[in-house]
Amino acid sequence: MDPTAASATPSIDTEALGLDEGALLLVRRALAQVPVGGNLLARGRAPNWELHLTAWCRQQGHAIQTSALSDGVCEAIVTRGPWAEGRWRDALTAGQSQLPAPSAKPEWGLAARGATVEAGSPAFNFTLSNRDELWATTADEIYAQGVAAQWDPQTAIDWDTPFEIDPEIEAAVVQVMTFLVENENAALIVPARHLGQLHPHYREVQQVLALQCADEARHVEVFTRRLGMRGRQPMLSTAGGQASLRTLLQAPDFSSATFLLSVLGEGTFVNLLSFLHEYGPDPVTRQICRLAARDEARHVAFGMAHLKYRLSVEPDYLARLQNAIEQRHEALAPTSGLNEEVFDALILIAAGSLTPAAIARGYAAVQRLKLDMAAGRKSRLLHLGFPADQAQRLADLHTRNFM
Amino acid sequence: MNQPDLIMGAVAYAPKVVTIWEGFKTWFQKRGLQFDYVLYSNYEAQVEAQFNGSIHLAWNSPLAWVRADRIARSLGQSVQAVAMRDTDRDLRSVIVTRADSPVQSIADLQDRTLGVGAIDSPQATLIPLHHLRSAEVVDGRDFQVRRFDALGGKHGDHIGGERDAALALLRGEIDAACMIDGNLLAFGLDGTLPAGSTRVISQTRPYDHCNFTTSPDAPAYAISQFVDLLLSMRWDDPKVRPLLELEGLKQWLPGRTSGYAALERAVDEDNFYGPDGSIRNAEYRY
Ligand SMILES: [Fe+2]
Ligand SMILES: [Fe+2]
Repeated sequence: MDPTAASATPSIDTEALGLDEGALLLVRRALAQVPVGGNLLARGRAPNWELHLTAWCRQQGHAIQTSALSDGVCEAIVTRGPWAEGRWRDALTAGQSQLPAPSAKPEWGLAARGATVEAGSPAFNFTLSNRDELWATTADEIYAQGVAAQWDPQTAIDWDTPFEIDPEIEAAVVQVMTFLVENENAALIVPARHLGQLHPHYREVQQVLALQCADEARHVEVFTRRLGMRGRQPMLSTAGGQASLRTLLQAPDFSSATFLLSVLGEGTFVNLLSFLHEYGPDPVTRQICRLAARDEARHVAFGMAHLKYRLSVEPDYLARLQNAIEQRHEALAPTSGLNEEVFDALILIAAGSLTPAAIARGYAAVQRLKLDMAAGRKSRLLHLGFPADQAQRLADLHTRNFM
Repeated sequence: MNQPDLIMGAVAYAPKVVTIWEGFKTWFQKRGLQFDYVLYSNYEAQVEAQFNGSIHLAWNSPLAWVRADRIARSLGQSVQAVAMRDTDRDLRSVIVTRADSPVQSIADLQDRTLGVGAIDSPQATLIPLHHLRSAEVVDGRDFQVRRFDALGGKHGDHIGGERDAALALLRGEIDAACMIDGNLLAFGLDGTLPAGSTRVISQTRPYDHCNFTTSPDAPAYAISQFVDLLLSMRWDDPKVRPLLELEGLKQWLPGRTSGYAALERAVDEDNFYGPDGSIRNAEYRY
C-alpha cells in the first residue's frame, strides 16, 4: 500500500474504551468527518470490539472489513454509508430562531424555533398558528418582568402576624375572597385553554401565558388561604357572577378573549385589588391584594400589547372588539350583575364598622371605586384607538361583575 | 380494493408488524401493485399456507425458509428467496460467560449449563448448538442446556428469550448464554449486560437471516413487481423511512441462499424437521 495514501485515511483509535462504554460516540464523530463512500480506519482493543463494531455497522448500513493485529488490537476499515444524510433530505427549517414567522407550520410541531425538522415528522394541529392573531411585540419583556416578579406565598405574606378583627368585617372579607377565587379560576382557565392551542413556535407568547396561569394559581391559593384563616367556610357564589365569567370562556377567538379578560376584566380587577389593599382590615388581606394587583397589571400590559399589535396589522379589528363588548353585554343583560353580598361586603370593608357614619364613608369609597374602574377602562379603550364617545359608552357596557 | 395481485404472509411476532405491513400495503398500492397481507401467529402455519394456495409469498424466518424449501423439494416443486434486508446478511451468534467465570473456552463448558433461546430460534439455539457440536462439544452429553423459551413458533424473532438468558447469566443461574451479535451490542448499550461484566468465548461463522420466500406457482409478474418496488424503497423517502426503521433495515437487497448451510445442518442434527419438512421435534409447541 502507498504509505502516503494510508496516512491520508482518517483514523480513530478508541484504545481500551468499549463501544458499549461510550466509544461509539468517538466512532460516530470520526465517521462524520468522512465523506459518504469514504473510509475510516478504526482501531481498538476493548473486549468484543470487533463484534460490537461489526453489528453496529450492519445496523447503520456502513460496510466494514476487520482484521486482528497483535496484542488483542483490532483494526477495521469502515466505509461510510449514505443513510445518515438520507434522514435529513427534504427536512424543514422551523422558521428563524430570532424571528417569529408570519405563520407556523403544523409539521414544525414542538421543535425549537429554527430547528431542522426531519421530513415525515407528525403534524400538530395548533389552531393559534398565525402571528397576527396572537403576537405582542413586547411579549419577551413582559415575560422577563413576570419571571423577575414571581413571589412565594409562603414567604411573601406575613401569615402569622396577629390581628384583631370584628366578626362582621371578617365575614365581609370571606365573602369578597369567595368572589375573588371564582374570578381567579376564570382568569386561569382562559389563558390555559389558549396555551393548549398556541403553536409553540411563538414561544414568547407561550411563556407569557404559562406564567399568567402560574400567577392565577398563586392568586387562587392566597385568596383561599385568607378565606379560611379564621376557620370560616367559603360563602356565596351567584348564578349571575358565574354566567358573566362563562362568557369569557366562550369568546370567539384569542384576541377577543384577551380583550374581554385582560384589557377590561383584569384591568378592572387592578382597581378592585388596589381598593382592597387600601381598605383591607388586616395585614394579610392588604399584602395579598397588593401582590396580586401587581401581577394583574402585567396581565393587562400583555393584553394591551397584543391588541395594539393586532390593530396595527388589522385596523378593522376594532369593530370586532366593539362587537365583543356588545355581545357580552347582551348575553348578560338578563342576569343580575354583581351580587349584593359582594357589594355590601366591599362597603363594609371600606367602612370598618356598622355605624351610619362609617357606612356613608364606605359607600362613597365604593362609588369612587366604580368610577375609577370605568375611567380606567375608558382610558385603555382610548389607547387602543376607540373614539372618545365610543370609548365612554363601551367602558360603561362592561359587566357589573367587574371581571 | 379488488382481487389482490399478490398476497403475502407475515408472522405477528409483535404489534408493530401491523404498522409495518399496513404502511407497505398503502405504499405498494399507490404504485400500482394490488398487494395484501395475511398475518399468522407462527411460522409453521405460514409455511403450510404457502402450499395450500393461501399466500403467494411469505416473509420467512431462516428456519421457515429451510422448512418451505424442504416441503417444496419433497413435492417436486420449488420456492425462491427473492429479497432480504441488508441486516439479514452475515450475522454471527456468540457464546458469552461472566467476566469472572472460570470458563475460558468452549471445552470448559464440560458439565456446565448453557442458556439458549427459544427451541426454534436459529440464532440463539439451533446455530450455536450446531457450532458447539462441530467442535465436539455436544449438548446433553457434555453440558446441560437450559432453554429460555419466549414464544414458540416465532422462530426466535422475539428478543425476550435472549434477554432472559443474559439476565440469568448475570444472576449466576447458568454458566454461559447464546445470543446474536446485534443483541450483544444492544444489551451492552441498554445496560442489560453492563460493560465488562461478560466475556465472549466463541462465535459462529457468518450466516443469513430472513428472506421473502415465494410459494410454488406464485404469479411471476406480481412477484417481480413486488421485488422491484421493494428494492426501489429509499431510506431518504420520509414515507417509508419509519417503516424501514421499524423493520430494522436501511435497504432491501436481492435474496440469496448461501447463508443457510449451518442452519440446514443444525436442523438435521436436531431432527427438528424431516427431509420432507415435517415437524419432528416432539417438544416443539407453537
Ligand atoms: Fe389573578
Ligand atoms: Fe390575571
